[in-house]
Amino acid sequence: MSETDKPVLVEIKDIWIEGRSDEEWLPIINGASLTLRKGEVLGLIGESGAGKSTLGLAAMGYTRDGVRIKSGSVTFDGVDLIAASAATKRDLLGKRIAYVAQSAAASFNPAHKLIDQHVEAPVQHHVTSKSEATDDGIELYRRLRLPNPDEIGFRYPHQVSGGQLQRAMTAMAMSCRPDLIIFDEPTTALDVTTQIEVLAAIRDIVEQFDTAAIYITHDLAVVAQMADRIKVLLKGDEVEEADTRVMLESPKDDYTKSLWAVRSFERPAKPAPAVDATPVVSVQNITAAYGKLPVLHDVSFDIHAGRTVAVVGESGSGKSTTARVITGLLPQLEGVVEFKGEALPADYHKRDRMQLRQAQMIYQMADTALNPRKPIGEIIGRPVEFYMGLRGRKKRERVRELLNEIELEPDQFIDRLPSELSGGQKQRVGIARALAAEPEFIICDEVTSALDQLVAEGILRLLARLQDERGLSYMFITHDLATVNAIADEVVVMKDGRVVEQGPKADMFRPPHHPYTDLLLSSVPEMDPDWLTDLLAERGVENIGDAAVDKM
Amino acid sequence: MHPVLKIVIQRLLLGLLTLLAVSIIIFVAVNSLPGDFAQAILGQSATPEAVAAIRRDLGLDQPAVTRYFQWLGDMLTGNLGISFAQANFASFVGTSAESGSGPVTVAQQIAPRFENTMFLAGVTAVIAVPMSLTLGILAALFRNSVFDRTANIASLSAVSSPEFFLAYILILFLAVLHPILPSLSNIYEGMPFGERLYRTLLPALTLTLVVTAQMMRMTRAAIINLLASPYIEMARLKGISPMRVIVKHALPNALAPIINVIALNLAYLITGVVVVEVVFVYPGIGQLFVDSVKNRDIPVVQACCLIFAGAYILLNLMADVLSILSNPRLRHPK
Amino acid sequence: MSAWIGLLIALVVIATAGWVFRFAGQTVTGNKPYFRDMSYGVAFGFALGVALLAWLVWSYYRSWAIPAGQPNPYFFLRIAIHGFILFAIAAFLFRLIGRYVGTGTSRKLFRSMPLTASFGILIVLVYALLAIFAPMLAPYGQEQVFAQANVVPGGDPTLGGNPDFPLGTDQIGRDILSRLIYGARNTVGIAFVTTIIAFLLGGTLGFLAATLGGWVDQVVGRTVDALMAIPALIFALLLITVASAWVQGSGLTVAMIFIMAVIDSTRVFRLARAVGVNIVVMDYIEAAKLRGEGLGYLIFREILPNATAPLLAEFGLRFCFVFLTISSLSFLGVGIQPPLADWGTMVRDMAPFINYAQFAPQIAAAPLLAAGAIALLTVAVNFVVDWMLHKSSGLKE
Repeated sequence: MSETDKPVLVEIKDIWIEGRSDEEWLPIINGASLTLRKGEVLGLIGESGAGKSTLGLAAMGYTRDGVRIKSGSVTFDGVDLIAASAATKRDLLGKRIAYVAQSAAASFNPAHKLIDQHVEAPVQHHVTSKSEATDDGIELYRRLRLPNPDEIGFRYPHQVSGGQLQRAMTAMAMSCRPDLIIFDEPTTALDVTTQIEVLAAIRDIVEQFDTAAIYITHDLAVVAQMADRIKVLLKGDEVEEADTRVMLESPKDDYTKSLWAVRSFERPAKPAPAVDATPVVSVQNITAAYGKLPVLHDVSFDIHAGRTVAVVGESGSGKSTTARVITGLLPQLEGVVEFKGEALPADYHKRDRMQLRQAQMIYQMADTALNPRKPIGEIIGRPVEFYMGLRGRKKRERVRELLNEIELEPDQFIDRLPSELSGGQKQRVGIARALAAEPEFIICDEVTSALDQLVAEGILRLLARLQDERGLSYMFITHDLATVNAIADEVVVMKDGRVVEQGPKADMFRPPHHPYTDLLLSSVPEMDPDWLTDLLAERGVENIGDAAVDKM
Repeated sequence: MHPVLKIVIQRLLLGLLTLLAVSIIIFVAVNSLPGDFAQAILGQSATPEAVAAIRRDLGLDQPAVTRYFQWLGDMLTGNLGISFAQANFASFVGTSAESGSGPVTVAQQIAPRFENTMFLAGVTAVIAVPMSLTLGILAALFRNSVFDRTANIASLSAVSSPEFFLAYILILFLAVLHPILPSLSNIYEGMPFGERLYRTLLPALTLTLVVTAQMMRMTRAAIINLLASPYIEMARLKGISPMRVIVKHALPNALAPIINVIALNLAYLITGVVVVEVVFVYPGIGQLFVDSVKNRDIPVVQACCLIFAGAYILLNLMADVLSILSNPRLRHPK
Repeated sequence: MSAWIGLLIALVVIATAGWVFRFAGQTVTGNKPYFRDMSYGVAFGFALGVALLAWLVWSYYRSWAIPAGQPNPYFFLRIAIHGFILFAIAAFLFRLIGRYVGTGTSRKLFRSMPLTASFGILIVLVYALLAIFAPMLAPYGQEQVFAQANVVPGGDPTLGGNPDFPLGTDQIGRDILSRLIYGARNTVGIAFVTTIIAFLLGGTLGFLAATLGGWVDQVVGRTVDALMAIPALIFALLLITVASAWVQGSGLTVAMIFIMAVIDSTRVFRLARAVGVNIVVMDYIEAAKLRGEGLGYLIFREILPNATAPLLAEFGLRFCFVFLTISSLSFLGVGIQPPLADWGTMVRDMAPFINYAQFAPQIAAAPLLAAGAIALLTVAVNFVVDWMLHKSSGLKE
């Protein structure tokens, strides 16, 4: 069926939006336009700060505090939303246009039960009576495959898990059977295994009711499953818009092409280490707890010289805790961490300077990893001085060398403060600080997950080059399997504080393996628009997401 | 046991513990005085024998720990001791404590004044709480408007001014230039309620000014903080009327911060009351406290201090417990 | 009774005016969104504001219309209005100068500064100058006693003034102007010193507790909790009673400084610890710890530079609190001891003069000047702090 036959539902024409920052109005959206027909799903993608959410909200005729529409028009089914009175807009919102927010946990009112919040819109807009809306809500919960649909609505938001809340919010958006729903990154805060369930539920319900939707996300693979058409935004400018398949197969714009290309980075496989080689770091039967709460159970793995071990798992699986045990921040209860065959003291206070120097750490949030009050030269210079005893001119020269190595121009960057750097540059400084100690082993804790894809790829390439040049060993903590595929030699899969499976990367990406690894791998969205459909057809809705995890 | 009950009991015990700690601090502070009560009562020229006699009489020859528990027991049973101003050497030596016609005890001295102070605080709270909540919510709703900015400047000025400045300004305008209210609050027992209220009004207004400004600012901040929550945006995006957004979505969550604001400011009243009572010569516990400080009347100072601290702890405890009770996360555990 | 009826009528008039205003706005502008969506509450607010302004203007007019020599209930209102306008103009000019004079950063700061903040900075500067140069600026010494006591302020001999003493003399014949100027040095100086001691004490303990954690944090934290359970003014009065048994006169002033510093350091501790804990969880602190850095480096090189902004704002607030508490203590007669000139004591000594306000407003002005001097400084500091806090919270968005 041709989409162009359907009547136009939303039309945004040449809209300019500004946001206030310190008494000044800065542009957020520069002249974007979009047309959405009835029953159509439009994907809005872009990196952080591209103005996706602002544009999505503008389609509802809504702006957040400190944001204003400078010019342009928004028409919803013939109604001019910019000129409309507050009462006219209120009449449309919730009834014909609904919104699904990024964080369901924060967007549900903690003081009321789910069902009370669900029925509010239909009752207030006089669509149905309260009892009808309640019955309908339970029916929607059932369709969205929420567990215990008859009861779950009578719980308070904090009593329900994140993935379930996100589906309950989708149900709430559906309560008045709107013509349009804005999905604002609905799965960004979720783990992959949970995400897939929510994606399936959203797609299913949107198709069933033939609702038009704007789906906002930064994840290309996700948008490929959900949208009929995709629109790419870059720093408030429109880049490109096309049908999903066209866009995936033949992107026109250079920026779009570069987004697609990121996925192609992959390192050649290294030969396996000698059987009798002493690993650089050997984690042996570690058990650890926070106070009385046990978090790690009998964790063991080796990291050999010049190789990268990726530790993967969802939030709460114990990846970062393992790193804390290795660095000595959390002394283990049982087991031992060996460095080149020698046991390290459990508490970092008891390790000597040489031992501390050998294990360096690069952090996820470059913002909190660099002292905002210190210039770059000092941040990198301190370990040089502390470990190598270099001072004055020699220290400065060494810092310049390190800056060159991380591909930042020394003259330009040495005196800057972290706040004057971009996210990727900050992460590079973090790498330089680790290198300054001249270690053999570096722990990389989710180093790319806070970065936009292009920048993340740059960091991965840099890390790979440094490894080749210096024979460094990496422990690479991540939840992103694409990153694992790009950089790892070996993979360790963790779940609930235990190692579920480990082995060379090539084996890990080839069946058969542990059911959890299998679930984790299969839940990662792929660029193929048919991926979700195929997966559901292959596995059935019962065998994805939390339901599948619970079965294990 | 219901987890909320558990937390509440924990807090109550903690409050009790704090009170105990405070009593120790007060006891230690008072007992670090050079010499002791006996010396203080008798003066420098007393004979060592007389001092020793009184020491025995008052149990001052006991070790400090024993004396502390004795004192604590007395405090708890309402026996606050005898004021130095009342107890002179003669009364100690001449009449024994049991004879009944003895000096006025601290408890007898404090009781009526305590009642007066509670009356003043009560009148203040009745005016200040509804007014400041209304103003605070209005300022939050119309934030950055002319009203909000004016209210901000005015309340900031009121918060920054010493109580006695506000008191004299009010006296100047409401008692001297336009003689509407009396500038002296000489109330006495058995005074008709209307008359008493009339005489209490000016000190109460002074305290109201101080407390309202503070409370209004805190309410405004709490409400603005709340209105920025994603669930309020969600409610707006559901097309719900502004009134309903406030009543149904903001208010239930605003309860805890507002209770906190009220309790904190009522606790603040305790300090404010001292200065204001002195300015208006209001016969409350604050004025008694200041007089006793000047006369170094230790038993009274000690008792007043304990009462003030107790009230302060109690109010904070109440705020704590009420905000726990109003938290849906704790009320409906997983 | 008639006053109540008058008030009721005024309210009805204002309520009607609000409705008329909105209706007129809608009609004249052709139903522009601003008037169309205006709630009645807003319209009423506008009308009420206009009514209050009109009342002020009328009172100002009355203050001039009453002939000299007759009781003038609007005299102080006139002074207040004059003061308000004068301060506003001064603040405006100060900001204007700041925008064109000074370094790049300071000029940029002045450009985005609200009038209240520039007023605050101006007042703080003036007070600092007064405090530093008090002996040069004051016409007489603070303890100097003259034969003429109770000279009326204003310097007008027909009203009982004396041009030699522009603000008159007090009951025992000391020049009020000189004592006010010295008061800046004594009252402000003592409060400043006290706050600094409190910060050194509370700040050090707070950062130590935040960095070390564990039992140090527990012990210090619980002690501070217990100390804070006694209201500051009450605790200060208790400790001063105790101290007064040991020392007298200026020794008591010194004792009071330490007592206030200790009491206030508990509040500083709370903040420093909270700020410190927020910084300690940062990854760069973890990186420094794992590098093997010592406690001194962690506190002074990593934590402190990041805590200066909140601590500076807190310093302003704590200073105000200490300043007000010390003034209150002095007002109650147990704070700064004579012969030092001090504003709180001056207010207490001259307070009875206020009762002459109706017939001789100049006499009543003297105690209000001292009290006003206290209020003005705290208002000024608060304005500056408010602006600083607003700026730092605005940057987060």
